[in-house]
Amino acid sequence: MLKEIAQGMAFTLRQMFRKPITLNYPEEQKPTFPRHRGRHMLHRYDNGLERCIGCELCAGACPVGCIYVLPAENDPEHPVSPGERYAARYEINLMRCIYCGYCAEACPTEAITLGPRYDLADYRREHTVVTKDELLESWPSFTTGGAKPSVLGAGADQRGHEKLESGVDPVKAWDAFEESHIHPDEATPGHGGLEVTPPTVKRTGSGEGESR
Amino acid sequence: MVGAIGFWGWVGIVVLKAVIILIFVATAAAYMSYAERKVSARIQLRHGPNRVGPLGLLQPLADVVKLFFKENTAPKGRERFLFLLAPSIAGAVAIFAFAAIPVNGPTTIGSFTLHWDLIHVNVGLLFILAMTSLGVYSIFLGGYAANSKYSLLGGLRSAAQLISYEMAVAFAIMGVIILSGSLDMEQIVTKQTGLWFIFLQPLAFFLYFIAGLAEGNRLPFDLPEAESELGAGYHTEYSSMKFAFYFLAEYINMVIICSIATTLFLGGWLPPFAFLSFIPGVIWYLVKISLLLFTMIWIRFTLPRFRYDRLMNFGWKVLLPLGLMNIVVTGVVIALRAA
Ligand code: SF4
Ligand code: SF4
Repeated sequence: MLKEIAQGMAFTLRQMFRKPITLNYPEEQKPTFPRHRGRHMLHRYDNGLERCIGCELCAGACPVGCIYVLPAENDPEHPVSPGERYAARYEINLMRCIYCGYCAEACPTEAITLGPRYDLADYRREHTVVTKDELLESWPSFTTGGAKPSVLGAGADQRGHEKLESGVDPVKAWDAFEESHIHPDEATPGHGGLEVTPPTVKRTGSGEGESR
Repeated sequence: MVGAIGFWGWVGIVVLKAVIILIFVATAAAYMSYAERKVSARIQLRHGPNRVGPLGLLQPLADVVKLFFKENTAPKGRERFLFLLAPSIAGAVAIFAFAAIPVNGPTTIGSFTLHWDLIHVNVGLLFILAMTSLGVYSIFLGGYAANSKYSLLGGLRSAAQLISYEMAVAFAIMGVIILSGSLDMEQIVTKQTGLWFIFLQPLAFFLYFIAGLAEGNRLPFDLPEAESELGAGYHTEYSSMKFAFYFLAEYINMVIICSIATTLFLGGWLPPFAFLSFIPGVIWYLVKISLLLFTMIWIRFTLPRFRYDRLMNFGWKVLLPLGLMNIVVTGVVIALRAA
């Protein structure tokens, strides 16, 4: 018995000098597999034009109907996307989404894909409906143009959530938020009328996972 | 003692020592919980507390604040007086026992000798043993008063366990008493100058340490609170500061058990080699108890809990005969050398 106890004690002592496996979660995140189906992202072409042509095929393919696309005509002088139309509004209700990836398969231009990001919980229900601001790659993009892809996915830098005052009617607040942020008429290839937010998510640990 | 410094000087020193001991004991207990969580975390490849303050060092403080503000719930049908009394006993006797532990050798200033233990009695060892044994009342009464089957079982187990291990502790210590010929903690340490008793009484040291684990309700002998069977054993029904008292008492008891082991076997405040004696005795004492405390935590996260009957068997059939044998051998050797 003494031998076994000594063995056990030696083992636990050895463990003490190993590096902990646990990640300090919000600061350190585990990289996902390359094909992980997490939160969606909308991509751009190399020249900055949006891939999405507002065809609504993704919305049609979605088994739970959680995608809302509002198409608009492109201004030939300042096109947002290469096609005739582009998506003026593009919203996905993440509470409803089952992360099946059908939307990505249906898309003719590979505009929408499912990214590696998975920290989707929020204190406010209305924040779980992600808008185009949050989904769209910022410009210059991560996935093209030689920039290193973020292991957290294109959506990582684009939360766009504003701190809403507590005590505000959620619906009204959400509408106000949208109105202040989305200007379909002003949309340019840069960013649908929005400022480009540089990546802010701090990343530690090894980055084996890649976003596509 | 009173003569050299006058009555009020004596009172002042006693009060000062009491305050220091109280602060030391409270801090030690709080940071034992931190150490336990940190060591266990590293053994299990986790990080442990690391959010409050640098390295999580303020975690115990946060815990105390949390415990203060917890709702104080109590079961129906409890024995009101005993329910309140039990945790108080736990906290009080643990601190009492600490009063007789010499953390440093006596310092002589002029004609006045400063003893570093609060109450310097010539039967200090006996006093400490009496106080630590009183701790079982808190556990047993707490278990009984709470009117809950888990608590009661925890209390009963504790009483049975204490009876089995108290004897082993006494027999293990007896060897040291024979060697030093004194119950005075300071004299026991002074007798160890040059050769610590652990080298003369290795068996007694192991017996004491094992029985000490059982006395302190530490794994692998934590049957009174066996969380997988008894909820939390005797303190299942306690909450808020009452629980905190039990919690405090458990950690202080650990410190006391390690202090006794240090004093009796590891030469107390004495440095391991004579040339290291420029380092103050308190430091040596702290280093030694820290090592023992670490061993206790380390054991806790290595060994599984004993089954109840095996615990009893182990106590009565292994520890007790070994202790007796140790006394006989020690006595015979001493007698032969004297003859
Ligand atoms: S992943 Fe599936 S459920 Fe989610 S938006 Fe795409 S099609 Fe709809
Ligand atoms: S994401 Fe693809 S499928 Fe959906 S509207 Fe845009 S182009 Fe069409």
